[in-house]
Amino acid sequence: MTSEKRVIVITSGKGGVGKTTTTANVGVALAMLGEKVALIDADIGLRNLDLALGLENRIVYDLVDVVEHRAKLRQALIRDKRHQSLALLPAAQTRDKSAVSPDQMKDLICRLHEEEGYEYILIDCPAGIEQGFRNATAGASEAVVVTNPEMASVRDADRIIGLLEAADLRSPKLIVNRLRVQMVKSQEMLSVEDVQDVLGSAIKLLGIVPEDESIITSTNKGEPAVLSENSLAGLAYRNIARRIRGEEIPFMSLEGRTGIMNALRKLFAGKSKV
Amino acid sequence: MTLNFLDKLFRRSDNSSRTVAKNRLVLVLKHDRTDISDEMMQEIRTEIIKVLSRFLDIDEQALEVNIGDTGGSIALTASIPILRVRPDHGAHPDSVSP
Repeated sequence: MTSEKRVIVITSGKGGVGKTTTTANVGVALAMLGEKVALIDADIGLRNLDLALGLENRIVYDLVDVVEHRAKLRQALIRDKRHQSLALLPAAQTRDKSAVSPDQMKDLICRLHEEEGYEYILIDCPAGIEQGFRNATAGASEAVVVTNPEMASVRDADRIIGLLEAADLRSPKLIVNRLRVQMVKSQEMLSVEDVQDVLGSAIKLLGIVPEDESIITSTNKGEPAVLSENSLAGLAYRNIARRIRGEEIPFMSLEGRTGIMNALRKLFAGKSKV
Repeated sequence: MTLNFLDKLFRRSDNSSRTVAKNRLVLVLKHDRTDISDEMMQEIRTEIIKVLSRFLDIDEQALEVNIGDTGGSIALTASIPILRVRPDHGAHPDSVSP
């Protein structure tokens, strides 16, 4: 009766590129599409995913409590009131990465699927390449790499892709986050194509998320941007969720509201191609 | 025509920070991807000596194996001083001992 499970780890290597925001938004978007989704905050000691989801006041037990048998899995899971099919397994805040082993993570993921019936399990991986990374990737069968169009995060993404392959997580998918369309057009930021060129053909593009102030305001309120109809980043994350489900969704056109060259191009050619 | 001209006029094309970033990244990743640990380097050395010793007497002390940038690509270069060809190998294929 249990259907196929999808266990996807969201990684990046470098911190601050938007892993947690991505996990929260893609998770909520999948739940909005009717999927049963469990989100695991694997960043033990630096709990954050609860804030992105607005669930921080409801935490009683955490992942380490479950592993150390102080709480049942069901007690630690926080069900989102806005989306009944979405739940969060929060990280412990007062422990460190060594509190959990890769085998315990695998076991937790199996139980989320078999006992609780979750079909999509998204794991928010901590930054870095040490034990936290090994824990977060242990039970995953697919990987997403989040990067910004910026040198340090692309470099770290390349390293992470190598480590994922070594951990048998082949063909990871790429999300280019915080793209500033204007800056790309004025030749002051790496484009999505640049990032893909540099990282090579081993990684397929899963989504492009534009820089969007609504991410800040939505995180302030604990309401992921996918809940807002007007958020461009929210739309990008909804598209990503649908692509994860296997739908063919064209990449968002990055056109409009651009600089002088585009205006001139339109004037001369009537049409611009980007 | 006009557009290309305007493009060049408005864009700081090849020294734009986008191009600089891309070129720097390509270089740094080339080095990152070929970064070999000391242990692996030692293993490569040992294996090279093992294979070559079947055919040649080589000066193991003077053997050098390096990873370096050889104009555009990263290459492994080895300098292996040969003392002599092993007389028991190659001359008479029928009489080769294991």
